[in-house]
Amino acid sequence: MRITPAFRQITITYKNNKYLNMKLVKFILVGFIFGIVLTKSEAVSWYRIYEMFQFQSFHMYGIIMVAVLTGIIGIQIIKKYNLKDYSGTPIHIADKEPSTVRYLLGGVIFGLGWALVGSCPGPIFILIGAGFTTVILVLVGALLGTFLYGVLKDKLPH
Amino acid sequence: MELIYHIWSWYISGFIIGLIMLSLIYFGKHFGMSSNLRTLCSLAGAGKKIAFFNFDWKSQRWNLAVVAGAMLGGFVATHYLSDPSNVSINPKTIAQLQTMNIDAPQGKLMPDALFSNAVFESPKAIMILIIGGILIGFGSRYAGGCTSGHAISGLSNLQLPSLIAVIGFFIGGLIMAHFILPLIV
Repeated sequence: MRITPAFRQITITYKNNKYLNMKLVKFILVGFIFGIVLTKSEAVSWYRIYEMFQFQSFHMYGIIMVAVLTGIIGIQIIKKYNLKDYSGTPIHIADKEPSTVRYLLGGVIFGLGWALVGSCPGPIFILIGAGFTTVILVLVGALLGTFLYGVLKDKLPH
Repeated sequence: MELIYHIWSWYISGFIIGLIMLSLIYFGKHFGMSSNLRTLCSLAGAGKKIAFFNFDWKSQRWNLAVVAGAMLGGFVATHYLSDPSNVSINPKTIAQLQTMNIDAPQGKLMPDALFSNAVFESPKAIMILIIGGILIGFGSRYAGGCTSGHAISGLSNLQLPSLIAVIGFFIGGLIMAHFILPLIV
């Protein structure tokens, strides 16, 4: 295949353009698929979250179980064969710091919010993209909550 | 085509979500959506006053790119890949919601009672959404992750802390859905 000088020039311009960073394109693509799957599986739906917490459908539990199962198998393969990432660096997945208080308390607080507005951080962004203007209020709250944690961090038991 | 327009099955959706997490690991990153909230706080200048937000947010640009893609995906899926058969939840759930005056889905992803634009005229409804957001933002940072970081990434890596966090998610969620929600909606 012959690459014309003009095309080569365009490629170089793209690579050097710090505003249109081509390295980010693959992440936009991964996010795009994530947004479609979460919408089409209806995991972004307030109704599905409510139904899940009422134990009236297997759907959400099925999604989480298969996702985790796929992840476990994938990570076991990565570890067994010491696989490298796309840049050639050996993959290392950091362990979470051991503790109970922060995970349990933080988890309960998160769960209260999750069941109230029916969306976790991923779906908040996906729903705003889908055009649900009122979800911007949830995002504002989530930013406030994150900020509040930053302020109180050192006073909380971890 | 029905396969695309109707709801996607739990096994296909779950499998793709697992692959999304693995692909981010392959790209040298990790799957976690709530960290973006911290990045956005830092981007807005919170790092000048509070150390927790004082980090180079540009190192997190890749995750903001995931967010941008997710928003675009949400737009495409709701506007071009949906049909009225969607969100057919359990009739029992619908009946239960009716007693709380929450409308049935009928193809909608979100109930009008909580998310229609009429919310902007009701201080109570505004507060519900903002407080829900605060709990999500505060809780996910305190727990060090949300559904993606703990339930998917953490459990996939067999992390005990993530299991504790997920148990917490469900304790909080069950308390809200069964005891608090009926009182406030």
